[in-house]
Amino acid sequence: MKDLFAVIMLSGIYGLLSASFFVAMDAVDVAFTEASVGAGISTLLMLVAITMTGRSENPTRHKPVLALAVVIVTGSLLIYGTLDMPYFGLAQDPVHLHVAPRYINDSMQEVGVPNIVTSVLASYRGFDTFGEVVVIFTAGMGVLALLSVAHRPKDTAEIDSINKSMHEEHLILRIVAKILIPFILLFALYVQFHGDFGPGGGFQAGVIFAAAIILYTMLFGMSTARRVINQTYIQLFAAIGVLLYGSVGVISLLNGKNFLDYSALSADPVAGQHLGILLIELGVGITVASVMVIIFFNFAGRKNDQQNNRE
Amino acid sequence: MDISSALFLLIGGFLCISGGVGILRFPDFYTRMHAVGVTETLATAMILIGLMLQNPDGLVVVKLMIILLMTLFISPTASHALASAAVHNNLMPELDKKEDNEKETSSNP
Repeated sequence: MKDLFAVIMLSGIYGLLSASFFVAMDAVDVAFTEASVGAGISTLLMLVAITMTGRSENPTRHKPVLALAVVIVTGSLLIYGTLDMPYFGLAQDPVHLHVAPRYINDSMQEVGVPNIVTSVLASYRGFDTFGEVVVIFTAGMGVLALLSVAHRPKDTAEIDSINKSMHEEHLILRIVAKILIPFILLFALYVQFHGDFGPGGGFQAGVIFAAAIILYTMLFGMSTARRVINQTYIQLFAAIGVLLYGSVGVISLLNGKNFLDYSALSADPVAGQHLGILLIELGVGITVASVMVIIFFNFAGRKNDQQNNRE
Repeated sequence: MDISSALFLLIGGFLCISGGVGILRFPDFYTRMHAVGVTETLATAMILIGLMLQNPDGLVVVKLMIILLMTLFISPTASHALASAAVHNNLMPELDKKEDNEKETSSNP
């Protein structure tokens, strides 16, 4: 398929469909993440990317036969590899024999969080999640290093023209967005702090929060959004999230426990776990939201500069 | 209660299907969007009301109400955005007269 727009839409639909089969397999947390990240924000970021690159793919000069052969060989090797795996849903799977019973039986006493997924993600596997947050942070830094544009003086003329045309262009979209954005932000906070009890957590909340800001930017223009969201602060926030996560680990180290062992945070181990999970989820949420906003602003800002140069 | 709930769900399902038929059978973009845009909002509302009647007391009703409100806001707005994007890109509706069909070829900027 040569039309990149259609490709992006298809990948978004694929994300939504995989979210629904995750729901069908009772993996609600994964489905939530897939719906917000896979179908939501990555589609949006790719759309912003094709506004810069153009809509259709360049004609390929080389023959795709070799690539097809490589794909077929790799795919068949992978399928061959799955033949040794235990059947899906078999009770005697190794994965169901070692860690899963421990999580299911003991997490309520050890962590005390009703949503086992959150206690696995944030407490038992806290170090992995720390790695994921650092990966996201690094992605944001990479975009900043490659694509960031020099700060222009604030474009007051453009802001004025947008304010004047506020109720002439995109009237319906702007008013509905104005009504909805507070609720989207509120929902993001709900997802953030309800992660202990139901599906949700820092990653989803950060993405939803960023989506609200991106919606605002798309409807009211880059310069208005730049005035609301200071670029320096948002970069600072991306770092603060990672720092918050890491310093929770360091505090538990200083208290004589393992890195990211939250029971060191309070006299009562379970209360310590609660506090630790709350803090690191907050760190994850802050970093994810700021990095998404940074990526979007730099992509879209570059597009604006291209247009200005052409004129 | 069950009967009225079933009635609402059936109407909702019927509207969904008719919208689906509409998107396949109608000739051009605007009429297709009309078919989906009109039926989708009402169908979602019907299905949600039917689900509310299934469990009339409790938190479920409130959550469904919020979803209903969101849908009532979002789906007409989405249809409006789609249609105005189409107008913006000079997509002409398909008309009966032959000479109008030539204008229909869109000139993408």
